[in-house]
Amino acid sequence: MTELGSAPVPEPSSEDHVRGPATAALVIEYADFECPFCATLTLRLAGRPLRHVFRHFPVRSSHPRAWPAACAAEAAGLQGRFWEMHDLLFADQGRLEDPHLWERARALELEIERFDADRRSEQVVARVRRDFESGVRAGVVTTPALFAGGKRLPATYAGQA
Amino acid sequence: MIDPGTPAPEFTLRREDGSPFTQSDLQGQISILVFYPFAFSPVCTDQLNLYEEFLADLQERGATLYGVSCDSIYSQKAFREKLGVTIEQLSDFEPKGETCRAFDVYHPGGFPQRAIVIIDPDAVVSWGYQAQSPAELPGANLIFDGLAATAPVQAR
Repeated sequence: MTELGSAPVPEPSSEDHVRGPATAALVIEYADFECPFCATLTLRLAGRPLRHVFRHFPVRSSHPRAWPAACAAEAAGLQGRFWEMHDLLFADQGRLEDPHLWERARALELEIERFDADRRSEQVVARVRRDFESGVRAGVVTTPALFAGGKRLPATYAGQA
Repeated sequence: MIDPGTPAPEFTLRREDGSPFTQSDLQGQISILVFYPFAFSPVCTDQLNLYEEFLADLQERGATLYGVSCDSIYSQKAFREKLGVTIEQLSDFEPKGETCRAFDVYHPGGFPQRAIVIIDPDAVVSWGYQAQSPAELPGANLIFDGLAATAPVQAR
């Protein structure tokens, strides 16, 4: 049985998607690609001197395309293009159907067949679910949710170190 | 809110098809009653959507989660269908709030407090959580904390 009781937000690990200077202030974000507030936050944090960890928090019945989008980002990640796909997904949330995902994969010059197999694979689904569960255990209920130093940051956080 | 260790009180809620759901339906399973203020209100929407993601994990633990409000069965059904969730809804419509009062989770404003009550297979309350205000959304992690404090079905 998967452990799902309360637990602190996990420290970043080699499994995480991380970008930004190694010495910058670290922020862990739980988000989903269909959430408009997450897209706004992404814009707000862009260009700030931060070390940004992205974790998935897709809630199917709130955002039906959040899961497919999260899996697409992971599949792109398996070809080394997670953050590029992350940015392309947030850039146009009105277009998250399968053909739009393929379009983005082509724009990133991914191997399409591999991308398509990967995004439906158990491995990728398990990877997204692991992020989701770690967020739930840390008490995340809605997106976006930001943490720094193990503590929850206010929703108005705009990247001040 | 009702204290853990207390036997579940007598009550009658209505299922979506109008049939009764009573204390005897609690026997032999772990029941999680999620009292929520109003169908279609924003926080309740996020709450049921989030819990829906963990129904399989709850089932694995022998637990069934129900949504309870003072809305009519028709409103609850429409709410559930609008969200696209499968969580069974139980209505405390008439006499209004009687079950909420029995569990001591009736808000003076005339709606359920946002509260979660876990009842063990012997129909004894094992755990409960009442949100500080109806605007607070309790995390799904709290339900699993509560289950850890509840004896499992097979151990009995």
